[in-house]
Amino acid sequence: MSAVLPGHAHDDHADAHGHDDHHHGPPAGFMRWVTTTNHKDIGTLYLWFSFAMFLTGGMLALTIRAELFKPGLQIVNPEFFNQLTTMHGIIMVFGAIMPAFVGFANWQIPLMIGAPDMAFARMNNWSFWLLVPAASLLIISFFVPGGATAAGWTMYAPLSSQMGIGQDLAIFALHIMGASSIMGSINIITTILNMRAPGMTLMKMPMFCWTWLITSYMLIAVMPVLAGAITMTLTDRHFGTSFFNAAGGGDPVMYQHIFWFFGHPEVYIMILPAFGIVSQIIPAFARKPLFGYASMVYATSSIAILSFIVWAHHMFTTGMPAAGQLFFMYATMLIAVPTGVKVFNWIATMWKGSMTFETPMLFAIGFIFVFTMGGFTGLILAVTPIDIQLQDTYYVVAHFHYVLVAGSLFAMFAGVYYWLPKWTGHMYDEFLGKLHFWCSVVFFNLTFFPMHFLGLAGMPRRIPDYAAQFADFNAVASIGAFCFGLSQLIFLAAVIKCVKGGPKAADKPWEGAEGLEWTVPSPAPYHTFETPPQVK
Amino acid sequence: MSEAVQILDARANNRDTLKKLLVITLLMFGFGFALVPFYKKICEVTGVNNLDGSGTPTTANTQVDLTRKVTVEFDANANHLAWQFKPMTRGLAIHPGELTTVMYQVTNTMDHAVTGQAIPSYAPKESAAYFKKLECFCFTQQTLQAHETKMFPVVFVIDTKLYKGIETITLSYTFFDVAGTGTVRAPS
Repeated sequence: MSAVLPGHAHDDHADAHGHDDHHHGPPAGFMRWVTTTNHKDIGTLYLWFSFAMFLTGGMLALTIRAELFKPGLQIVNPEFFNQLTTMHGIIMVFGAIMPAFVGFANWQIPLMIGAPDMAFARMNNWSFWLLVPAASLLIISFFVPGGATAAGWTMYAPLSSQMGIGQDLAIFALHIMGASSIMGSINIITTILNMRAPGMTLMKMPMFCWTWLITSYMLIAVMPVLAGAITMTLTDRHFGTSFFNAAGGGDPVMYQHIFWFFGHPEVYIMILPAFGIVSQIIPAFARKPLFGYASMVYATSSIAILSFIVWAHHMFTTGMPAAGQLFFMYATMLIAVPTGVKVFNWIATMWKGSMTFETPMLFAIGFIFVFTMGGFTGLILAVTPIDIQLQDTYYVVAHFHYVLVAGSLFAMFAGVYYWLPKWTGHMYDEFLGKLHFWCSVVFFNLTFFPMHFLGLAGMPRRIPDYAAQFADFNAVASIGAFCFGLSQLIFLAAVIKCVKGGPKAADKPWEGAEGLEWTVPSPAPYHTFETPPQVK
Repeated sequence: MSEAVQILDARANNRDTLKKLLVITLLMFGFGFALVPFYKKICEVTGVNNLDGSGTPTTANTQVDLTRKVTVEFDANANHLAWQFKPMTRGLAIHPGELTTVMYQVTNTMDHAVTGQAIPSYAPKESAAYFKKLECFCFTQQTLQAHETKMFPVVFVIDTKLYKGIETITLSYTFFDVAGTGTVRAPS
């Protein structure tokens, strides 16, 4: 049957379809990774890249915590401290969390919907490799005159208008990462809409695919707006425009509006795929189907839609009319409804299930517990008068680390342990996995729980020095942070050990797991579903 | 054959989706810039960015002492300066705390520009500390062109803490010649 293929269709994509017998694994060596168009290879690249960025951003965070271990200036000067907080945020958001979820999407979405590969395999390669120059620009910016940008990860004007060339490098890096995200999203939407196996209707799709479909739409809606905002900053800096320059008739507060129009959907972009992963894992280890599948789909969509009309809750102190403050307060609180639907559905899924507590399940339950705490502090911050008190304090730092670390990151750990047997063909070391979980969850709380108290007591964020009464909680947080950082080396060890060997994993290593990915052998062959499976 | 056709169909299908999504991306990039005029308009309509206070009424002074009145007399002199300088109001009876505006007229009778500086004085002199001028031509030097006439406002409030015994205040301005070019020469 391959003989009838027209000549120009002989690229990897058509290839993946036709020639079964003289088929081959990947070419060997470094060039395999540079030229690959295989969704599994690209998924692996994304995951390793984001882990490297996670360690980089983590090193910055530990330098911050070392400085904050006691009052006074010990290790870094204030200018460099501001660069650390800024780059920690940018690297973790754009370099670690977002690419990691794209890595999961690359590996899992074709396997879950029975597609042979992503829709645009070459664009897929490009969207990954764009990340490498972008990350390099960010790292290089530490070594240019004036250092990296210190305007905060939000890059508010007028600070961002006044920074040195480190700011330009950060803007270019974000442009490139944005382009990469948009291409990745287009790829995911097209794959999900056009390439599902026969019988795989949208409402039969695994939740992970649903959450990524919605996330992708959000990405192509808001990443271009961020690109616009930082382009305006760039032209303000170099081409004499005055979008955010008050002296020229512009308005720095407008930057905040445009940024958060991107920024608030962005926080859901970073959590919806985590919801998807947890929605795969909880049913598998509770040995029950997901409770309220349809309501999960609608809840995810509602969160996505609501996320576009709440952005100004980041700006309650900028002098908004009272009607605006009330609108954004109530709209923000409304998001708790669909989020609550999801949390209760997960709990209902576990209710009377035959639960076992392997590492993926531990991380998934840990996610629900700690993420919900972050959700509650979010609800508290949504109340305008309270927010005005807590604006830019450590309470906010505690809040978003509860949802981003305990939310997104824990869900990703859960996902890695859950699918690692499928990816590598080996079972991971359960002892290392459990050790990693308990260390992570204990030290995470040791790091971030005291920050609530610091914030309530009035300690501002983004400062290298603080008043003596904050010393004890800061010392506790710093000890927690170093232990949390070291705990991640357990994760690295567990993954490397699993890649190198270990007990042979069955095609379906988890008794209660459902889905097409468990119908292919472990490790998943280089090409899967060249003939689409039939879904009943 | 049908297999190949199917593959081509699928790719055309994917390209269609790609084009639609690219259009959304471009529209959203434009939307970011469209937020700029939109933001300006919103600020205009809601009046949130009215930083210079134009359009908002001046806050009324709520601390007017209505129990008494003080008479203020206005006097104007020019010291060896060929200027005609006079108040438009000779005297007023006002409540302490009441914001009041009076006008002064100055005419330069010389054939060239002259710069002068007005110095106020008060009688009784104790009242000086309670006579608060918000706007006065005496704050800066004034230059009048040849034969020019100008009107200057003086905006003032008498502090409500003014001693009860003072019922009349005389405000006297004297214009002095700054550069020595406007002096009236004594007739020879």
